[in-house]
Amino acid sequence: MTIRALGDPFSAQTDLRHGAGCACTGCRATPQSLPASPEAMIERAVESAIVRSMFGHSDVSRRSFMGMLGGGTMAAALASVLPLDQAKAAVLESLGPLEKTDLAIGFVPITCATPIIMAEPMGFYSRYGLNVSVIKTAGWAVARDKSLSGEYDASHMLTPMPLAMTMGAGSTAQPFIMPAVENINGQAIVLSNEHLDKRDPAQWKGLTFGVPFEYSMHNFLLRYYVAEHGLDPDQDIQIRVVPPPDMVANLRAGNLDGFLSPDPFNQRAVWEGIGFIHLLTKELWEGHPCCAFAAPARFATEMPNTYGALLRAIIDATQYASDPSNRTEIAAAIAPANYLNQPVPVIEQVLTGTFADGLGEVRQVPDRIDFDPFPWQSMGVWILTQMKRWGYIEGDVDYRGIAEQVYLAADARTVMQDLGYEAPAENYRTHDIMGKTFDPADPEGYLSSFAIGRGA
Amino acid sequence: MTSTWSDNRRAALLSVLILAVALLAWEMAIPAQQLATEMTEYERLMGGGSARAGIPAPSEVAVKAWEQLSNPFYDAGPNDKGIGIQIAYSLGRVLTGYGMAAIIAIPLGFLIGMSPVAYKALNPFIQVLRPISPLAWMPLALFIIQDSEASAIFVIFICSIWPMLLNTAFGVSGVRQDWVNVARTHELGSLRTALTVILPAAAPTIITGMRISIGIAWLVIVAAEMLVGGTGIGYYVWNEWNNLDLASVIFSILLIGVTGMLLDSVFAVLQRRLTYAE
Repeated sequence: MTIRALGDPFSAQTDLRHGAGCACTGCRATPQSLPASPEAMIERAVESAIVRSMFGHSDVSRRSFMGMLGGGTMAAALASVLPLDQAKAAVLESLGPLEKTDLAIGFVPITCATPIIMAEPMGFYSRYGLNVSVIKTAGWAVARDKSLSGEYDASHMLTPMPLAMTMGAGSTAQPFIMPAVENINGQAIVLSNEHLDKRDPAQWKGLTFGVPFEYSMHNFLLRYYVAEHGLDPDQDIQIRVVPPPDMVANLRAGNLDGFLSPDPFNQRAVWEGIGFIHLLTKELWEGHPCCAFAAPARFATEMPNTYGALLRAIIDATQYASDPSNRTEIAAAIAPANYLNQPVPVIEQVLTGTFADGLGEVRQVPDRIDFDPFPWQSMGVWILTQMKRWGYIEGDVDYRGIAEQVYLAADARTVMQDLGYEAPAENYRTHDIMGKTFDPADPEGYLSSFAIGRGA
Repeated sequence: MTSTWSDNRRAALLSVLILAVALLAWEMAIPAQQLATEMTEYERLMGGGSARAGIPAPSEVAVKAWEQLSNPFYDAGPNDKGIGIQIAYSLGRVLTGYGMAAIIAIPLGFLIGMSPVAYKALNPFIQVLRPISPLAWMPLALFIIQDSEASAIFVIFICSIWPMLLNTAFGVSGVRQDWVNVARTHELGSLRTALTVILPAAAPTIITGMRISIGIAWLVIVAAEMLVGGTGIGYYVWNEWNNLDLASVIFSILLIGVTGMLLDSVFAVLQRRLTYAE
C-alpha cells in the first residue's frame, strides 16, 4: 500500500503527490520521514487535507508558496484564521506507552490546589499509571522559577501566570500551556475586625491590602472591585504582595488592613478571631477562574502520552471534587502536614461552603469554591485586558492569539468528553463581572470603557 | 583549685535557676485557653472547640519536642518528614557549600596573603561582594543555575567564602618575615615554605575564619530553605508557620540553636588544639 499525503504539508521540500518509499530522484534526495505513531499520522493527515484544499490540490503551487513564505509562518497564519486546534487537539484520543511515569508536580498549599493534591492520596494519578510526587512550594515566584527550570514537570499556577510567562512579563519568555483550570470562585476579601464599620469600599482610602502575587486573579479582582467603587488601586489604597501563610499574621499585627487571598487563609483569619469575610469573590464574578494546572509547552510535545495521562488524571480529580457530596472526604484527605497542613474543620468550611463569616452568621454557599476544568479562552482574554489596564503589559496585544496558544480548550474538551463528562462546545463566551458584560470579541472597547486604569 | 570548682558549681546552679525561673514565668504568662463545651454551630465553626494559634507555654513546646524527637526519621511523603531527616538535609547542604568554599578560599587566601600585589588587586572585589546579603543572590542563582538544590548550596558557598578568604590572607601575610627568611636561607622551595612554615603559623587565624564561616552558613541555610522549600529545617519552620503552629516553630528554633552550637564547638576544639601546638 502506498501511503500518500503524509509528508509535512508546511515544507517546500516534500512532494505530497509521492508516497513513502517512492523511488524517484526527488524523493530519494529528501527521504520523507513518516510520523512515528498512528495518532501523529492522523494529525498530519488533518493538516495536510486542510493545506492541500487551500491550494486547490495543486502541489506545485503549494510548494512554491511554502518555499517563498516559509512553512512556519504559514502554519501560524493558518492557525489564526482556521481553528486548527479544534480539529487537532494536542492531547491524543488513545495513549501509547508512557514516556515517563515518575513526575514532580509543584503546588502552593491552598485549597485552590485541591484536585492536584487530592489526586495523590486518592489515587487519581496511579489510576492513569503515573507515579507523581506533589511538592509543596513556598510561593508563586518559586513555583514559576522551578517550572521554568524544568524541576517541575507541571505545576499548580495562578491562571494569569502561564499567560505572563509565555509573554515574558515578569520572567523570561517560555511558552507555557494551561490545559485545565483547577478551581473557580474560592477567594474572598477579608478585613481585619478593626474595620467592622467599613463595609463600604468608598471608606477604604489609605488602607493596605495583601494579594498573593502580581499576576493573580486576586490582584486583578481586588483592583477591579475598588476601581468600580471609585478608588484608584495604585493611589488610594496600597496593595502588597504577601505570601498566603503570612497574611493572617500580618492582619493580626496590623500591617495589613485586609486581603484578597486564597483559602484556607480567609477562613483561617475568621477561625483565629482576627478578621471577617467582607465578600466572596463569587459575588464579584460568578464562576471566575482562579488557579490552574499548567506545564511547559514542551512537556506536551515531547511526552504526549504522559501529558495525556496526566491531564486525564487532573480532569478526573477536578470533576470528582466538583461533586459536593465528596467534599468532606476530600477535606480530610488534603488537610495533613504532607499537603495543606491545616486544621480539618477550616478546610471543611471552605470546601463544603457551610462557614462562619466572622460577623455572627453561619452562611451556606455550596459553590463558595467550585471545580471546573474547562479553560475558557475568553477568560484568558479578560485577564490580558486587566494586565494591560494596570500596566503589566503594554502596546498592541494579540488577545486571542495568546489566549489560544496558552489556554488549550480543545485538549480539555477532548479529555472531558473522553471521560464521559459534558464539555462546552465553544471556547469563548461573554462573562458578567459586577453587573458589567465582558465581550471577548471587543477587548479594546472593554478596556477603554473604564474610568480608572493605566495602560489604555 | 577548690574555689574554681565551687565557682563552676555555683555558675551551673545559677544557670539552672535562671532557666527554671524563666520557664516558670513563661508558663504562668500564657493564659489557659477556655475551650467551650456547649457550642452553637457558629461557635464551633469559629474554632470554639479548639485552641487558637498563640504563643505556647513551655510545656506545650516540650510535648511537641518529645513527639518530634521520639520519632525523628519518619517519612510521610515528600512534604512531611521527621525532624532528623530535615536536619540531615540542612547539614548536607551546609557542609557541601561550605566545603566547596573552603577548597577555593584557603588556597586563594594563601595566594593573596603571600603576594601584596594580588591582595591589592583583589581587595576591591572582595570588599564589594562580601557585604551582599546571601539571600540577595538567591533569585540570580535560581535563574542561572536553574536548580533549587544547587542554588541553595551556591548561596551557602557564596556567603561562607569571604571570612575564610580574608582570614587566610590576613594570617598568611602576618607570618613573621624572619621565619620566611630563615626558610629561604635553608633553601626551601616556595611550596615547602608555604606548607612547613607559613601554614602552621597561620593556622589559628585560618581556623578562626573557618569558624566564622560555618556560623554564617548555618544562619543562612534556614532562610534559604524557607525560600526554596522542599526539605530541611528551614522548610520545616515554614511549613509549621503555614499552620500557625508556634509550638513547632519554637521547638525548631531551639533545635537550630543547638545544632549551630555543636557545629561551632567542633571548630572551637580545633582552634584550641592548634593554639596549644604553638
